[in-house]
Amino acid sequence: MSKLIQRTWWLALLLALCVAPVAQAQLVIPILEGNAAATPIAVVPMAYQGAGLPLDTDISAVINADLNRSGQFNALSRNRIIEFPTRDTEVKFETWNFLKQDYLLVGRVLDAEGGTLRVEFELFDVAKKQRLLAQAVGARTSSLRATAHQIADIVYEKITGVRGAFSTRIAYVTQRGTPPKFNYSVMVADSDGYNPVSVISWTTPFLSPAWSPDGRKLAYVSFERGNSAIYIHELTTGKRDMIASYRGINGAPAFSPDGSKLAMTLSQTGNPEIFVMDLATRRTTQLTRHYAIDTEPVWTQDGQSIIFTSDRAGKPQLYQIPAAGGEPTRITFQGEYNARATLANDGKLIAMAQGNKNVYRIAVLDRSRGGAGELTELSPGNLDESPSFAPNGSMILYAAREDKRDVLYAVSADGRVRQRLVLADGDVRSPAWSPFRQR
Amino acid sequence: MKNPTRILLAVALAASLAACKKEAVKPQVENTDAPPSAPVTQPVDNSGKYTRESLNTDPCLRQRVVYFDFDRAEIKAEAEAILTCHGKFLADVADSAMTLEGHADERGTQEYNLGLGERRGNAVSQALQAKGGSAAQITVVSFGEERPTCNDSSEDCWGKNRRVEIVYTK
Repeated sequence: MSKLIQRTWWLALLLALCVAPVAQAQLVIPILEGNAAATPIAVVPMAYQGAGLPLDTDISAVINADLNRSGQFNALSRNRIIEFPTRDTEVKFETWNFLKQDYLLVGRVLDAEGGTLRVEFELFDVAKKQRLLAQAVGARTSSLRATAHQIADIVYEKITGVRGAFSTRIAYVTQRGTPPKFNYSVMVADSDGYNPVSVISWTTPFLSPAWSPDGRKLAYVSFERGNSAIYIHELTTGKRDMIASYRGINGAPAFSPDGSKLAMTLSQTGNPEIFVMDLATRRTTQLTRHYAIDTEPVWTQDGQSIIFTSDRAGKPQLYQIPAAGGEPTRITFQGEYNARATLANDGKLIAMAQGNKNVYRIAVLDRSRGGAGELTELSPGNLDESPSFAPNGSMILYAAREDKRDVLYAVSADGRVRQRLVLADGDVRSPAWSPFRQR
Repeated sequence: MKNPTRILLAVALAASLAACKKEAVKPQVENTDAPPSAPVTQPVDNSGKYTRESLNTDPCLRQRVVYFDFDRAEIKAEAEAILTCHGKFLADVADSAMTLEGHADERGTQEYNLGLGERRGNAVSQALQAKGGSAAQITVVSFGEERPTCNDSSEDCWGKNRRVEIVYTK
């Protein structure tokens, strides 16, 4: 047992030394589909009124893209903006009314003490000619994108009443090279795909990165020892622990909402079963007992239940089981193949990879009105998988196959706005959206 | 910095650089078009037993891949011959050992496919044991859909990826 739980930070060091300094291309994001029902908002370019050099980040463009990507806003395109107010006294509501905008966001960037910046912004309700918000946030020239996401979150929450998720991050796995020589990396980037950073790289596959609830750690599966093993990796220190390397499969890690436990798939008993590990004692408890494949556990927000994939009825379907143990209940009945659940809205929304004949798409099951729930198809691809909800439930990230490449898409929860996140080369898969940044 | 620390660091650095260069030494796997029909051959040894040499010379033993149907792990009739000769080899060369690498095609989810790859590996393991091998000689590792041999999204390619590769380790 002690062998299984030995610390392997030194291995991280060894691997880190092997990581070639690859230029990590940004994920570029073209909008695919607009949403006519979305709320119109004008985000006016925020002029830099300080004494330094011009800023290399266009804050309003980042806010604009964030709001559009959510599917809930239709931001006025830059070439239709004809006036450039930076504060309330400069705003002419008639102009924005004429442009049929419901909301208007203006702002300015000022110098602050110690070489830092200060972004002041104001949000208006155009029809009511009313200021809804006037706020200032501190900023640094090196992290203006983060500041823009922060402002987008504030605006999003003010208008929709739902916490924004633009200041979050995404984790994913990249694969570069050609068979049989590949290089795999676990990556972390901003929620819009910018600022990608390699967490770890190696010549064997990684899969299923999963965030700890505090956003400080990732659990993932690595084949670096020949067989699958589960690691927990601290993002700031790079320290990592191998926490499961039993005979057979060690897969599908998922942190409990309080971070004290890790659900996982182990096949040490002969076939894949769901186990829960207490991270303090490293003791595992077997949750399922069935000769079928039981895998892909996810926790409900209250930590009381686990939803998982099982083919005990012949084909993979989703089941729910009390986290303390008990009998699983089947929860999906439409579609031949339903797997890899991701939850939002206290588990009332369940997105999954759904297969029918040879077509795999992302579907979402809405259980908010009780009963078996309503199922909606969200993606149009042929091999879509690995859905992951944003922490506010507004968007879903998923992996798709296009022109022999694996790419990521972000789709709004209503399916109306989709964007592709493209890496310059290689395949991208196993996306996982981080929890909210801690306030 | 103390001397022993410095030496330790130098050793660690050297070791890690060596690890970077190290490549997996694997026997060549014949990835013939799926599904292969293995020629049934008789062992050539006088005693009627396989020897280590047979791995390179025997046409049946040179076949190292077993293919499967979509989302299935049942051994197909066409794989009987391969499993028979490898089972016999395990029995004849008692100190031999193998890893069965289970794989799935790209359809379906990654973690479910990890389960499917293992199920296929286990099916091959059981068949080999029924034909003379012992459990102690066989290790099953599933790679799910992570290690395809073929990268197209077509029936032909999927068929080649749904496989168990027999890799002799001893």
